[in-house]
Amino acid sequence: MTEERSAVVVRDVRKSYGELKAVDGVSFTVAEGEFFGILGPNGAGKTTTLEIVEGLRKPDSGEVRLLGESPWPRNVKLLPRIGVQLQATSFFDKLTAKEQLQTFGALYGVSAGTAADMLELVGLADKANEQENKLSGGQRQRLSIACALVHDPDIVFLDEPTAALDPQARRNLWDVLRAIKERGKTIVYTTHYLDEAEILCDRVAIMDTGRILALDRPAVLVRGLDAPTHVTLQKGGLSLVDATALDGVDEAHEDEVSLTLSTRRPAPVLSALAERGALDGLQVRTATLEDVFLNLTGREYRA
Amino acid sequence: MTAFKTLSVAMLKGFVRDKATLFFTFLFPLMFLVIFGLLLRDAGTDKTKIALVGDGPVVSALRDSGALEFESFGDENSAVQKVKDGDLPAALIVRGQQLDVRFAQSDQVQSATVVGIINGFVDKANLAATGQPPTFTFAAEKVEDASLKPIQYLTPGILSWGVAVSAVFGSALTLVSWRRKQVLRRIRLAPISTTSVLSSRILVSAGVAIVQGAAFIGIASLPVFGLQLSGSWWLAIPLLLLGTIAFFALGMLVGAFAKTEEAASAAANIVVLPMAFLSGTFFPVDQAPAWLQAVSKVFPLRHMNDGMLDVLVRGKGIEALAVPVAVLVGFSLVIGFIASRVFKWEE
Repeated sequence: MTEERSAVVVRDVRKSYGELKAVDGVSFTVAEGEFFGILGPNGAGKTTTLEIVEGLRKPDSGEVRLLGESPWPRNVKLLPRIGVQLQATSFFDKLTAKEQLQTFGALYGVSAGTAADMLELVGLADKANEQENKLSGGQRQRLSIACALVHDPDIVFLDEPTAALDPQARRNLWDVLRAIKERGKTIVYTTHYLDEAEILCDRVAIMDTGRILALDRPAVLVRGLDAPTHVTLQKGGLSLVDATALDGVDEAHEDEVSLTLSTRRPAPVLSALAERGALDGLQVRTATLEDVFLNLTGREYRA
Repeated sequence: MTAFKTLSVAMLKGFVRDKATLFFTFLFPLMFLVIFGLLLRDAGTDKTKIALVGDGPVVSALRDSGALEFESFGDENSAVQKVKDGDLPAALIVRGQQLDVRFAQSDQVQSATVVGIINGFVDKANLAATGQPPTFTFAAEKVEDASLKPIQYLTPGILSWGVAVSAVFGSALTLVSWRRKQVLRRIRLAPISTTSVLSSRILVSAGVAIVQGAAFIGIASLPVFGLQLSGSWWLAIPLLLLGTIAFFALGMLVGAFAKTEEAASAAANIVVLPMAFLSGTFFPVDQAPAWLQAVSKVFPLRHMNDGMLDVLVRGKGIEALAVPVAVLVGFSLVIGFIASRVFKWEE
């Protein structure tokens, strides 16, 4: 991708707080319309990186370009083109969902009509007249995203939008994020849920201790690991000895309920299992971004 | 302009929907107004009552004048006993042409008043008995003086205090809450000027101050309290607006240092309460010792109080606003400047 078509360009950005190097030489570019994820455990430097890109903080060194402009110092020309959802759900006191959107819209000189449209997008149309503090965690998070979108920005920054949500609320939010992408927005978001990033993002940057350890499409990162595929079956369909003897199986083990095979060539293993009619309870688990993280840092991923 | 309007409406809604804020803005000061207004309503109007034994023309003249009230006793001993017990300040014993006054030593001012009044009536009776025209004549007439009935100084004082409290708390708590909830950051990330946001919040505070003025004056004017407004009462409006700005600036300064809403609330109290007591909110400050009066001149609330008193009840004209306006504008500029220097966008 060429830099003229890039929505976000970050070049060797550094930021220290005393001895702590919060961001230690981070570079990446995000294309227009791309869904870009910055992943990593808490304290990896994701939020600081995002704040520098948004123009909320000045980097010690390095360069940031949003749509060809520098976000620091406060660039009033650029601000209408970016939408930011902050980590804390920041709302005005005692206003209803619709009033929050109208008020945030007013900060950008947007007419009141957009508010209803945004509530529809995030699935809160029926909560329009509820006060913000009466909404559930997931609904507040969706409202907060709607507030970031109310002025129809080109780039949307979302900081941990799915943190502290229950699984159902997280999935609802995924639909919202996909809908935003369909509108052609560039999305840059941080998360510490690697599984989620794998599903949503076009490309991800894995961060730890202020550095980017890997940056690519999730599938490419996972494939690059050359990690075995795990095939799990219901116990009793096939004996451990027969399983170990199958062509392509590296290793097999059994517990009280299941039989698990490790393989680097899943195709012959799966067809052999199909021939034997031994596919009951079949689950195939390939490597995930968590395995990538483990491989890169040598330690288990802990969100 | 629409941004400004929408923001103002949003902040007004936030204000009106917050019951605690409404209480401290309207009901709390009104409670003081009602309690002090009722407590002090009859202060200073009680007539002195003394014990009386016997009767005569001088006593009749005293009764007609209404200068003293009497409680009659059958004999001298029980009347004097009443004085000894401290229940009545003096006893008047009439034996034909002879009038004796026995008074309590403890309250010399009151005793002297009683003795003076009776003496005056005796002298008058003596003069009348001689049938001579008086050599000197004497006439008394009422003058509107500087000392006021309690409701007359309570209303301007409590109004100024109420406006100061709601402006200081309003701005300090809004600032701290917006910083904590990162609303300030959101505002900074939007292409709107800080002036628009600030002025819409001040507009809401100013509107609240005007409503406070109308409510407090309206209630104090009820017959039970009996506030008498002077003709120049409308000059209070510029004072209310300038006071709002001055105390809003003070709240911004408090909010710049406080990290939590609780800390902001405590700090605002520490600033506002002593100022309220020393500035004549609950009692006329010109009765305070001289050093205290000098100290109180430091506070903008003192000058706002003075201005309010002058235009609301003393009937002074626009010239009475000169000093309060100068002080409030100066205070706003200085404190506003410092507040803008120490202002923090985030924690």
